[in-house]
Amino acid sequence: MATVAVTAPPQSQPRKLVNFFRDGDQIAHLVTFLFAASVFLVTVFLVYELWIHSGPSRAKFGFHFLTSKTWDPVADEFGALPFIYGTVVTSFIALIISVPLGVGAAIFLSELAPPRLSNSCTFLVELLAAVPSVIFGLLAIFTLVPIMRQYVEPFLKHTLGFLPQFEGPAYGVGYLTASMILSVMTFPFIISISREALLAVPREQREAALALGATQWESTWQVVVPYARLGIIGSIFLALARALGETMAVTMVIGNDTGIHTSLLSPGYTIAAMIANNFTEATGDVFLSALVELGLVLFALTMVLNAAAQLLIIATTGKGSKQP
Amino acid sequence: MDRIARRNIVNYVMLAATGICTVITVSVLFLILGYLVVNGWRSLDWNFFTKLPLSAGEAGGGVVNALVGSGVLILIAALIGIPVGFLGGIYLAEFGGKTVPMMIRYTADLLNGVPSIVIGIFAWTVIVVRMHHFSAWAGGFALSLMMIPIGLRATEQFLRGVPNSLREGSLALGASKTRTIISVIVPAAKQGILTGMILGVARIAGETAPLLFTSLNNQFWATSLNQPTASLPVLIYNYAISAYDDLHREAWAAGLVLLILVLIANIASRWVLSRGASTQRG
Repeated sequence: MATVAVTAPPQSQPRKLVNFFRDGDQIAHLVTFLFAASVFLVTVFLVYELWIHSGPSRAKFGFHFLTSKTWDPVADEFGALPFIYGTVVTSFIALIISVPLGVGAAIFLSELAPPRLSNSCTFLVELLAAVPSVIFGLLAIFTLVPIMRQYVEPFLKHTLGFLPQFEGPAYGVGYLTASMILSVMTFPFIISISREALLAVPREQREAALALGATQWESTWQVVVPYARLGIIGSIFLALARALGETMAVTMVIGNDTGIHTSLLSPGYTIAAMIANNFTEATGDVFLSALVELGLVLFALTMVLNAAAQLLIIATTGKGSKQP
Repeated sequence: MDRIARRNIVNYVMLAATGICTVITVSVLFLILGYLVVNGWRSLDWNFFTKLPLSAGEAGGGVVNALVGSGVLILIAALIGIPVGFLGGIYLAEFGGKTVPMMIRYTADLLNGVPSIVIGIFAWTVIVVRMHHFSAWAGGFALSLMMIPIGLRATEQFLRGVPNSLREGSLALGASKTRTIISVIVPAAKQGILTGMILGVARIAGETAPLLFTSLNNQFWATSLNQPTASLPVLIYNYAISAYDDLHREAWAAGLVLLILVLIANIASRWVLSRGASTQRG
């Protein structure tokens, strides 16, 4: 930053303590540094605490924890696979729904809509991102679940029932319902970040494509979207990280079943839902530390995704993406 | 000619499809608001805002302890989160060199991305385990962790937006750096910083997962900050998964109240920011 250029007197000469605190700058520097450093320390401390408190479980199960399917609190046997599976499946299906919707809406808002309309629509979508997740859960329990049970799931069974993904009774709760609610919770992120990335594409790119005789859709899809692709992918990663860590809405509609099921209509479990439902009732050190270890797994998953998303978003909206 | 006609049809179909995507995504917010109003407004009466919860089946209970509890939790979170975010942001924008701020910025983004349930576990290990009981302190601490990164990055971003000529002008007049920050730079960025803080509060106001095993819940008044404390989001969760119709009705009403508060905070933050922009221009 240019502030370096105006930093006052040179600090080289030896000085007394009184001088050191001469005009409060050093004190202010120190105080603000302590507050900023506390953010760093508390994050490190968070990882440390998760690591320590998951100790008994890590000692007992090792890497087997990640691959075991058994979840038996009575026998103190814990494996995370059903929950990792549920988390990944619900997030993945959610993205299959929310990515086309979100990218489509972002294209409309950046390429077609007049700026006023675009800005107000984006504002409404960003408000949607602010809706607390427990409210999504409330709506899901009382409106989405009955609709899924009575209409959507019987319809899917009727038309696609020959696939293993759509067999079994329609409970209303389960992987598919959780995915639906997750898709609604994630597309605001996809829309607002993808729109930024699309708006950052230089005007010349569009004009060149149109001048070559491309239709507006061809110019958008073959020139503008590829140009902004890193930002769009970044927004999808961010949405995925959100979906993986989402707790309340999923907990309320996932159905709480500790098995692994191929059918999307069947009830399941996610990591976050498992922790939310069992943490206060967990008895025994191993059970508790297994839940903490689940939290550690979730933490690691979202960290990797978030870091990747940040890099991709910086690469596009910051400096502009490289030509394909 | 046929080829061009086909390309034109594809053009219109796909452009219309993006429009439909927009209509769907934008209408979700109104659907949510509409559902909550339809199902919730009838239960919003005087009792709802002034009475303690009664056991299921009794008419006339309220959620006043959860409303106050949420207020207390947000207050604790703000008392920790705002100073840390604000002063930390000043360091990042005004004092830091290169490496240290970069590290802090990175960890702040990391903390921002930590799933809220994991924040809850952390607050549980740090406070609940050590104090041996659930408390408002633990809940407020968990919420403050979610608020800090937002306040920090907002403060830094808006301080960096202040033109350097202001800094140089103040320093040239003989003011110390601290004096410059307090009297010139922060006032110039105050609208933006305020926006960030309001957004931070709005985000934590609706958080449920970090409170589930930190502040827990309470049927009655919490008489001290060391006791389990009721909060609006946890109450909505518990009522929604209960089996009683009258509790469901209260959940809808509480959801409506919570959503309206969160939306107002978000709209207010936008309004503060736009007002700041226009006064700076004028």
